[in-house]
Amino acid sequence: MTQQKILSLNRLSKQFGTVVANDAVDLDLHKGEVLALLGENGAGKTTLMNMLFGHYLPDSGSIDVAGEDGVMQPLALGHPQAALRAGIGMVHQHFTLAENLSALDNILLGSEKLKSLRRDRARLRARVEGIMARSGLTAPLDELVGKLSVGERQRVEILKALFRDARILVLDEPTAVLTPQEADTLFENIGMMTKDGLSVIFISHKLREVLAFSSRIAVLRHGVKVGEMATSDADQKAIARMMVGADTPEASREIIAPGAPVLKMKGVSLKGQSDRDTLTDVSLTVHANEIVGIAGVSGNGQSALAAALSGMRHPDSGTITVEGVDVTRAEPLAMIRAHVGRIPEDRHHDGMVGAMSVAENMVIERLWDDEFQSRGFLKNEAIASHAERLSKAYDVRGPGIEAKAQLLSGGNIQKLILARVFEQNPRLILANQPVRGLDMGAAEEVRRRLLEARDGGAGVMLISEDLDEILGLADRILVIHSGEVHEIMTRDRSQIGLMMAGEPA
Amino acid sequence: MIRIEPRVAPGRLMTLGVPVLSAVIALVLACIPLLFAGANIATAYAEMARGVFGSVFSFTEVLTRATPLIFTGLAATLAFRAKLWNIGAEGQLYLGAMAAVAVGTGLFDLPGVLLMPLIIGFGAAAGAAGMAVPAVLKTRFGADEVVTTLLLNFIILIFVQMMLEGALKDPMSLGWPQSSPILDQGMLPQLIPRTRVHAGLIIALLAAVVAQFMLARSVWGFRLRAVGENAAAARHAGIGVNRSLMSVALISGALAGLAGVSEVAGLKGYLTADLSPGFGYTGIVVAMLAGLSPIGVVVSALFIASVFVGADSMSRAMGVSSYLADLVVSMSLLCVLIGGFFARYRITSTKPVQGAAS
Repeated sequence: MTQQKILSLNRLSKQFGTVVANDAVDLDLHKGEVLALLGENGAGKTTLMNMLFGHYLPDSGSIDVAGEDGVMQPLALGHPQAALRAGIGMVHQHFTLAENLSALDNILLGSEKLKSLRRDRARLRARVEGIMARSGLTAPLDELVGKLSVGERQRVEILKALFRDARILVLDEPTAVLTPQEADTLFENIGMMTKDGLSVIFISHKLREVLAFSSRIAVLRHGVKVGEMATSDADQKAIARMMVGADTPEASREIIAPGAPVLKMKGVSLKGQSDRDTLTDVSLTVHANEIVGIAGVSGNGQSALAAALSGMRHPDSGTITVEGVDVTRAEPLAMIRAHVGRIPEDRHHDGMVGAMSVAENMVIERLWDDEFQSRGFLKNEAIASHAERLSKAYDVRGPGIEAKAQLLSGGNIQKLILARVFEQNPRLILANQPVRGLDMGAAEEVRRRLLEARDGGAGVMLISEDLDEILGLADRILVIHSGEVHEIMTRDRSQIGLMMAGEPA
Repeated sequence: MIRIEPRVAPGRLMTLGVPVLSAVIALVLACIPLLFAGANIATAYAEMARGVFGSVFSFTEVLTRATPLIFTGLAATLAFRAKLWNIGAEGQLYLGAMAAVAVGTGLFDLPGVLLMPLIIGFGAAAGAAGMAVPAVLKTRFGADEVVTTLLLNFIILIFVQMMLEGALKDPMSLGWPQSSPILDQGMLPQLIPRTRVHAGLIIALLAAVVAQFMLARSVWGFRLRAVGENAAAARHAGIGVNRSLMSVALISGALAGLAGVSEVAGLKGYLTADLSPGFGYTGIVVAMLAGLSPIGVVVSALFIASVFVGADSMSRAMGVSSYLADLVVSMSLLCVLIGGFFARYRITSTKPVQGAAS
């Protein structure tokens, strides 16, 4: 590998209000290198990359990029067009593709004149195919993007960047939406592309893939670069410590015998608007003292499963019982009263009313309870003391219980929801992506609470796209694919990964 | 480079300051058309102030004018808090007025203590029924209530005109399309002798206090606020969203119906098709200017009523068109909408960092 410098970020700083997102961050990238940018949520990874790409204007600092001739030149800041011209391509976590156009049109659009799009189609196509051959990235060019799988869409995004002569490719959490196998393929392709002279920065918080596929690692914490090393010298424990700033006690899981069935689903089918939110003939059981992990790639029916157990949607056929009570057609309130605790996937959208106070959000599921109302009027003192008590017990930190819930950070919002759910002593807990987007400390707290509830006799259904998460917590693992749920006996990563991709076990 | 960034939390000063500032700016902007009309600004505003505060009578006129606006303002406030866009207060007002004359003009010859509550009850129920239709269409079939409530206004107004030419027409009216007068004992009592202020004002103020209390302290108000702020989360938390919407729809319609009752049984005595100069629509401005606070509605209704009464007296004294009042009212709505934007976002400008574009 040549050690020719291709990009250098010099003391970049960015402040949002009182929050310092980046504080004098230096970062160099060399030709043909894969640099992993590691850090917890809110560490400033995405802010840094957005400054590189011109979405944000740094408060101070500068960026130099090597031109075609290899001479470093300053980059005009705050202009995405300048970044594009300098050969910087970015693939965001949420794709920016037009679903009603073909993959080829998506790649060409924006960089070619409309006229040449039609006239020189064959030539342009040949160029795209050349890029595909060199990089190993394949995508069905004539298919509408709306019909492509997530992995294929991601490849189209990368091809789009390569077609624009990107020499530096930034990937924001590229594996979040992929199966383990798809992720491996992606990294193989990245390997081929870097041999071709491409330099890659990828943002991640998954240590395993960072150690396996990067050549160098930079760690951000609270907006400051706290460490940088060659991957060959890196040690997993040391990096984790760098990210968090301290050793976190890992939740340890004892094996305990499951109790009586808490949740029984029999032949549950639910037809959604698309295949992504459909359940087909799902039968499963969750016992007391048991965490059942639902592994699967996003968009395989997890949302339908969660909606059915939250009371938000009702199955077309089949039955659901909780502790023997039929809740097949139960509304959310009936689910709550059947002792089902629900931790929703999208905590901002479904988990809380941001414009209402922390205290109000803590009692919102229990308005019927005489503890908090009498004859239709709120008992404000009881609501306030309840909120004070829960805030303390669950360490919900923020401007106070009367403050609007939207002022809390993501981790504290999740703690608020945990407090609300666990306080009601649920018999069944539905935890849908409970640690997504949380920093390590808050995530660990969530895991600890789930294990505690399990030990206390509750049944837990844990839906997660992170296999490591499931392997770490679940007593039993089910795989969901295309709306079907299958039990598996193995705890072997690659075996589960294959099933997540729809291969028979 | 200029950027728009959301504020962390709009301050208390902002939530109070924006409506007040909007009202002031609207009044200042009204100078422009006044200048075009060739009026002396200072005298014009002096005339306006005199029309409002000049005498006890003029101030009671403001109170009279504010009464229906408090009702329609509350109707909009409660519905809007649940994000139920009831634009149909005008129609519901006429339904309430029509119900009042239907039962109050001789159908039941009851003593006042019975007839008055009967008129009020029927009027409120008619207004509620008028809002029930769009609410059912929305909760059952997802029909956009902005469209249905707005269009119902025109249907109801035409229905009123038909009734005034038919079943409700006063045989003694010499051909005018107006209803028979409400029986004397059914009329809401006057509050101050030789003025037009009537007991409708008391009912309106009571309604505002009750609405404020219910919103803040009742489970019903809690649910309504939750539904309005985030319906998905409210549903997930076990709140019956459609039930909440239905209940607030009925109450909103009833309040608008009461505006009609109070105009007919408190002021005019009989129903004509020009009973309301757009009180239903102005109620929306009242509610927005009040920041959707029931107590604030009382204040903003008084302000808007003053503008109308003041502009009337100014136009009489100076020969300037009283349409100026409508102008001030609509401009204050625009100002409060723009002001609301600035309360939620701030504009920051940063100097672009210069670098040689490669």
